[in-house]
Amino acid sequence: MALITLTPWDLSLAALLIVALAALSFQMQLGLSRSILIAALRTVIQLILIGLVLKFLFNTTHFGWVVLVAMVMLLAAGREVMVRQQRRFTGTHSFALGTLSLFISTVLVTLLVLTVIISAEPWYSPQYAIPLLGMMFGNTMNGIALGLDRLTQTAWQQRDVIEARLMLGQTPQQSISDIRRESIRSGMIPVINAMAVAGIVSLPGMMTGQILAGAAPMEAVNYQILIMFMITAGTGFGTIFAVTMGARHLFDSRERLRLDRLQKAIV
Amino acid sequence: MNIPAKKGSIVLSCLQVKNIQTHHVGPLSLTVTGDAAVSLRGQSGCGKSLLMRAIADIDPHQGEVLLNNTPREEFSGSQWRKNIGYLPAVSQWWGDYVREHFDEKIDQHQISKWLAALGLNQAVLEAATATLSSGERQRLALIRLLANRPQVLLLDEPTASLDPENVTRIETLIGNYQLQHKSAVMWISHDHQQLQRVASRHFIIKQGTLIEQEAAWR
Repeated sequence: MALITLTPWDLSLAALLIVALAALSFQMQLGLSRSILIAALRTVIQLILIGLVLKFLFNTTHFGWVVLVAMVMLLAAGREVMVRQQRRFTGTHSFALGTLSLFISTVLVTLLVLTVIISAEPWYSPQYAIPLLGMMFGNTMNGIALGLDRLTQTAWQQRDVIEARLMLGQTPQQSISDIRRESIRSGMIPVINAMAVAGIVSLPGMMTGQILAGAAPMEAVNYQILIMFMITAGTGFGTIFAVTMGARHLFDSRERLRLDRLQKAIV
Repeated sequence: MNIPAKKGSIVLSCLQVKNIQTHHVGPLSLTVTGDAAVSLRGQSGCGKSLLMRAIADIDPHQGEVLLNNTPREEFSGSQWRKNIGYLPAVSQWWGDYVREHFDEKIDQHQISKWLAALGLNQAVLEAATATLSSGERQRLALIRLLANRPQVLLLDEPTASLDPENVTRIETLIGNYQLQHKSAVMWISHDHQQLQRVASRHFIIKQGTLIEQEAAWR
């Protein structure tokens, strides 16, 4: 089964759907036409660029280039985690915490899978490494951002309760234990739910892609299971790490709650 | 470092506050000993509660505090606050039931005695926190604090919304606790007569400084 190549003409026809949607939104005064068109344009440009990058990477298969692309992805995901926080930590801590959590979860899990499970030749083959990293970053980023956002928001709202617990001689870890648990849960529940409904409610995107590209369904399923496990493990470890470290940073060495380490809410 | 109160040889607690400065308050110094409770008053917003928060080491601030000549830095924050019992004006209840706010290892017998002394029923421990009246919360908050056996009591308007009968009960209970444990007590109130009853030294905060007075009237 050969892949049916899409021509620019095919894509132009699909683009007409977007133009039609924008026109309807203009007529209904939804105020979205501009956003729709700009976002569609961004999709085209960004994907063409990454296509060129991947084409170049596949031709060279140089370790240094793979690392460079992975670094760019990591930093972009770290920035995304930061900007999704309503109350960020002050200074560089916000960016550093998100990026470090992403690194520990995503990069380490992906390395393990690439070297031990897939073991392509060489193990860093960009054809495997880059798509895996991309899917991992995209998902762990959500969990970490959700968990941290919940942590800082709740700590802010429940300041009086946390302080009251401290005043009764509880340690910082005891005084914030409920909030920490809830924050970790809110970061992890989406991936757990995604595993639970995979195949029944949703056909995961990667599996769909492989099938469209002509892979045998069972091969695609195997890869999808691998990816699901990686994403869940990465999101879980990353969220637990980020929320735990974030919860610690809310207190100082005298075990005082330091909400002055959070910035004002960004509305 | 926990300083356990040895049976038979209870030491007179001594809280030394040196050059505390927090927000618009201070620098101010003060020594409170277990044989003379201290009253503290001043207009709303003058910094009475800020001073107590600083002593309890809840807010970042400057200055030194010592308990029985041991500097605060030799305790961890949580150990310090177990010894320095600060009762804020408004109590917080985070669990669904009253029982969750008490340590499992508490001295049940002692808690029962305190409950009775404050006119509370044993069953209140099993009650849902949402069903407590404000007066019950206030009295339970004091018992919850005393359960830590603090050597210092910082009381921020402990009887503010109670009826006269319960005001007397609280004053008596704290008086007895102070006598029994030789603990240093510092009491904030807007009720001059009460301060006159419960304390033997009287202070007022004016423009961020601490002034000792002969009585709580002027």
